[in-house]
Amino acid sequence: MTVEELVQSRREWLRNDGPDSEIVVSSRIRLARNAAAFPFIAKLSDDEKKRVIELLRKAVRKTTFGQNCSLFFMDELGGLERKLLVECHLISRELAEGEGPRCAMISPNGHFSLMFIEEDHLRMQCIKSGFCLQEVWREMNDLDTQIEKNLVYAWNQELGYLTACPTNVGTGMRVSVMLHLPALALTRQFNKVHNSLQKISLIVRGLYGEGSHAWGDFYQISNQVTLGLSEEEILSQVHDVVRAVIGYEKKARDFLLEENREKLEAGLEECLKSIRAAKTISAQETLKCLSAIRLGINLGLLSDISLDVVNQLMLQIQPAYLQWIYGGVESSLDASEFRAQYLRKYLLGIWNED
Amino acid sequence: MKQTKCRIEMKCQKCDKKATMHITDLVGSKPVELHLCAEHAQEYLAQTENGMSPVGGNMASALAAQMAQQMAFSKVSDEFSKSDQETCPVCGLTFFEFRANSRLGCPEDYQTFRKQLTPLLMNIHGECRHTGKRPSCFGEEDARKLTALIGYRREMSEAIETESYEKAGMLRDKIRKLESEAGIE
Repeated sequence: MTVEELVQSRREWLRNDGPDSEIVVSSRIRLARNAAAFPFIAKLSDDEKKRVIELLRKAVRKTTFGQNCSLFFMDELGGLERKLLVECHLISRELAEGEGPRCAMISPNGHFSLMFIEEDHLRMQCIKSGFCLQEVWREMNDLDTQIEKNLVYAWNQELGYLTACPTNVGTGMRVSVMLHLPALALTRQFNKVHNSLQKISLIVRGLYGEGSHAWGDFYQISNQVTLGLSEEEILSQVHDVVRAVIGYEKKARDFLLEENREKLEAGLEECLKSIRAAKTISAQETLKCLSAIRLGINLGLLSDISLDVVNQLMLQIQPAYLQWIYGGVESSLDASEFRAQYLRKYLLGIWNED
Repeated sequence: MKQTKCRIEMKCQKCDKKATMHITDLVGSKPVELHLCAEHAQEYLAQTENGMSPVGGNMASALAAQMAQQMAFSKVSDEFSKSDQETCPVCGLTFFEFRANSRLGCPEDYQTFRKQLTPLLMNIHGECRHTGKRPSCFGEEDARKLTALIGYRREMSEAIETESYEKAGMLRDKIRKLESEAGIE
């Protein structure tokens, strides 16, 4: 599979068919692992990086996952292809922009992606639509156990899986749930939720991960602690908190529908109007509109667009995707013009107004 | 972003004690230098930590801030620089390199810098003992045996550099044997 084929294929986690998917966009788990026989990345020479990649490839090829996934060497991809993979959440920015030998193995449906020579020798993630942490963990753990049969990880009894950064040591596990919380934001309750999450060591981040803004009221909730708790304990901590946040968001949605239905409808109409008319539109503004559309669909105010279209658009309004669709950089239009054009074409197509 | 440096002989700006912590902090876009005793540095760092916005806060900067804070609590400058020079016998990483980049060099570093890392792990995780998954196909001994390879390879290239070819040859045989047992090409 090529990068373009991967990007074109409808990734299953965007389908919006998972549990609680009116609020939870995706559930994701990543594990950090290192081969015991080699230094961590900071002390790894380029020759050794190649040897680690070979070692990992061999170990992964023997697993059920390894038999039908695609392997991408970062050095063999163009800059645009690497950016596309980042925008689709298939690889990290760090891997895309790094130096020296490094690669990614990605399953055709996009559920699994494994990065070799990122911050650790091996970073693997499993991502699925909706709120399904147990299922994601079962699959992630199964792959990890299969790899372990063919590779000795850096591990000891006291500290568990040893990682390049002490923030990941122990389980090496980061559990992230991406939520869409427009009603909590509209009713100005999100800060309360945010403050209480911090008290129990959970991290809240924006849509595009570390350092990003919570545009369009999309938030990622993840665990900070990786040591001293078992994988199941971490999962259940994140699970319980997300379950509670879902409850608050539902209540806030009910309240909005009862008390502010007209205002909501007017806001939604405004968004649709601005998409129809816009000559240029920023990513932030677009996410605000998509957020309103998503809420509109969930509250039954809008029926001709489906949630998976909105999910898909969330990825497609990013710069590399637009550049890819509109054929490269040699154009007088800038990203905000492409974005406006793309949105109009896509949504008017759905509304048969084209 | 804060930068914490150690210098000598200066008075704390808030009391008469010796200033042991020298902090460069950004106020707006201007760097401001502060010279404080351990107590006032602790107070200052705790204040600025609480003011940090968590949405979008990244792990590496949080770690750097925690390290700076930890140093302010427990280290005077002499101890500090001694600890900085400690070097991992396996991969050659110094503690200074770790402090600068927040990244360790090899699995053995957790043992080498145990004294410095334990309070850091307590700060981040609130615990310093793993209770999660255990590999089913290998144990701690298998991993340790392979990690030793990192040191042997380094010794071998040092031996080649100093033209100690006999030593280098012995190490090469040892490495080959261990690697082929582990299926490393």
